[in-house]
Order: sequence, then structure tokens, then C-alpha cells
Amino acid sequence: MKTFTYRTATSLDEGLEPGATFLAGGTNLVDLMKLGVATPDVLVDVTKLPLDEVSDRPDGGLRIGAGVRNSDLAVHPRVRQDYPVLSQALLAGASGQLRNMATTAGNLLQRTRCRYFMDATMPCNKHEPGSGCPAQEGDHRNLAILGGSPSCIATHPSDMAVALTALDAVVQTDRRSLALGDLYVLPGSTPEQETVLSHGELITSVDLPDPRGKSAYRKVRDRASYAFAVGSVAAVLRVDDGTVADVRLAFGAVAPKPWRAYRAEEALRGRPATRSSFLEAADAELAAATPLRDNAYKITLIRNLVASVLEGLA
Amino acid sequence: MDLRVNGEPHSLDLDPRTTLLDALREHMGLTGAKKGCDHGQCGACTVLLDGRRVNSCLILAVTLDGASVTTIEGLSHPVQEAFLEHDGFQCGYCTPGQICSAVGMLAEADGASLPDAEIRERMSGNLCRCGAYPNIVAAIREVAAR
Repeated sequence: MKTFTYRTATSLDEGLEPGATFLAGGTNLVDLMKLGVATPDVLVDVTKLPLDEVSDRPDGGLRIGAGVRNSDLAVHPRVRQDYPVLSQALLAGASGQLRNMATTAGNLLQRTRCRYFMDATMPCNKHEPGSGCPAQEGDHRNLAILGGSPSCIATHPSDMAVALTALDAVVQTDRRSLALGDLYVLPGSTPEQETVLSHGELITSVDLPDPRGKSAYRKVRDRASYAFAVGSVAAVLRVDDGTVADVRLAFGAVAPKPWRAYRAEEALRGRPATRSSFLEAADAELAAATPLRDNAYKITLIRNLVASVLEGLA
Repeated sequence: MDLRVNGEPHSLDLDPRTTLLDALREHMGLTGAKKGCDHGQCGACTVLLDGRRVNSCLILAVTLDGASVTTIEGLSHPVQEAFLEHDGFQCGYCTPGQICSAVGMLAEADGASLPDAEIRERMSGNLCRCGAYPNIVAAIREVAAR
């Protein structure tokens, strides 16, 4: 591991010197430092800042401190009762040990597990812009079918972020408010740029609006537990008289960011809450998919997941 | 930095790159917590940090000034006896991590009923290359039912 200096952050808006990065739970960053993929000169520990509260908001929503541990958030009474999709997504991610360490903001900002990104000796446009993307012709079985580019087809690995995307979460930083969907940027020709955050901008909380329907998260992976998704769906659904009154859908492990399925939602509103409408809605979203040699299976997987999750909620 | 390990205070002067696991093994002579993958994937390094189970290989020791750590050497818990009774190991390399994780997991479950599938899910962060899982589950099941 490259050497670095360490200090603790003492205020929310103190920013970062050049070459510095924030450290929270460290479950991804410390690993990437061991691998030589992350090489910060300075680590600024934000875990001593007062960011570990979950509190009710006046509008009936919830404010989740950026430093709240994933395990604590998963079992918070209001999350379990009003936002089950979030609790389910958190518990589907990582292991008990890792969830005790990982934080809300750290989870949002974790890096892709694309094998070429995780290997400092391989070309990767995120490590070194212009060096190429071996995944295009190589191992892309678990990489993006939506939102990728010839420069990068990495997938965002988080489960929690998929649930938060379906919940219309808003990210608060020390400088501004951002819809979660606007936090991430698609790779285009600059995959090294993953979010709109400026250097030193600190996420302080994630806000949820009041609960807007029944919700659920379902994740498919290569083994029963403790694995990243090969595909996942988060859904919030409200049905009146057999008709879809409101729906929010997000897909995981298929795109460089948690993928909000706006086209599917539009196709569903006002339609009968039946399996055939759910499948048609999934098709409306997945028509834009651009699979490569080994990941077209995700289209069928997501299509079936959408139908089964929505049937479970309808 | 100051760290309390198994009830004993330790004053340490460490390179900031030192993980909690390396601090325990290389600087305090506590070799119970094992280095398996060193990437948070196997659970052999599991210890209790302020009572909660964590992967000590992914925590920089320098972040823990004032914290309290319990390793297998400092543990006295019915799970240990149950692993012996149920033969919950073969080579034993993953066992300290399995036991620390089980103790942390039982505290998280807080008396909730734990069917075998639930024990397996909650213990999925601890791998056993010998495949002693059925006996590990049996040991934990017995303690959970008490």
C-alpha cells in the first residue's frame, strides 16, 4: 500500500487538500488501497463527525445521516415499517461484518467491482483515461447492458443505492441538495468521472420523501448469499382498483449507476396491475439495452424480476 | 494511539497503513484472528469492535484510537463450548472468525428465532474451506435456542 498521512475531519465543510480523500467505513477504499487501485496521499476520517443519526422529517419522510452504518439502517424501525425495499436491499448486500462497518454515503460512493478496474496492472479508462477497456471484448458477463459506452461498461455494485433510487432519495452535501439520480454521471468518454461531486464535497445525509406505496427489493446472484447482484429490482407500487396508480422502479447490476426505469414506469401508470402489463413495461425499458457477447441474459433476468416483484406487491 | 484489547490497554505507535488485523497479530502477539483473504471476503479475521463483529483486515488501526476490541483470545462464550461439542471445524483456521462472528450475530439477533436458513444467511460472511458448515450451524443453533 502506498503511504499516506491520516487526519480526522473536525467540521462538515472543511473540504479536502489536493490528493486527499474521505475515509468512512473503509470496506471498499481500504481494499482498493491494498490493491494499489486507490492511492490517496491523505486520508481524512469522517467517522468522528456527527453524521450517524436517523431522524423523522416534518413532511413525513426520513433523514439518514451519511455516517449511519448499513446494519443500523437496515433494522431501523421506520425503515422496516415504511421503506421495506431499503431494509431488504441493505440486508441483501455484503455480510454482517461489512454492514457493521459500511456507511450510507460510503455505500453510495463505492466503486465498481469490474475485474479490470480492480486490477491495477490492467488497462482501464477509469485508472488511466485513454488506456482502453478490456471488458468490451473480455469478461463482461456481469457488466452493463444499459448506460454503458465504448469507454466503460462497469456496473455500480450497490444494492442500497438501487432501493434509494426507487424511493426518490435526495442527497444533501455540505454545499447543495441533489436528487440521487443526478449524483451519478454515465461514463460516456470520461468514465473516470463517476459523480457530480466536487473534490472535497461531503455528503452529509440522504433524505427520503414520505412513503408512497408498498415496496420490495429482489436480488439475483450467483450464490445464495454474500455475492454482488447479477441483476436486481427495487419497486414501489400503489394500486387502486386493480389499476397502477403510481410506480417507481430501479434496476441494479445492469448499468454504471442505479438505473431508474422511467420508461417502464410511464408504460405502467394507469394500466391494469397484471403480469402482462408488468412484462410490457419491462420491455419498454429494456428495448434500449445494448448487451455484449456474454451479458444478454440480464435482459431476460430483469424482465422476469420486474414481473415477479410487481406481482408480489400488486 | 490507545486501544483496549481484551480488556487490556495498549499504547501503539503504528504506520498508518497498519490494519487492525496486523496490529493484533504483528504488534500485540494476538495471532487468534487469522489472515485468510485480507480483502474482507472470507471472515477469518473477524473480531468484535465495541461489541460488533467486523473484518479486522479492512480497518486501519489508526482510526480506532480509544476503541475496545475483543478477539478470540479474550472471549468466554457458550459458542466456544458448542463448537467443541458439535465438532464445528476441521482444520480450524476459520474457527476464531466463525466464533467471533457467531457471538456478534447472536447479539444482533437479540433472541429472535433463528431457523437454520437464517443462521446460514447471517453467517455468510465466514467461509470454511473444509466445509464444516453443517456442524457450525448445529453449534450455533444450540446456543441460539438456549
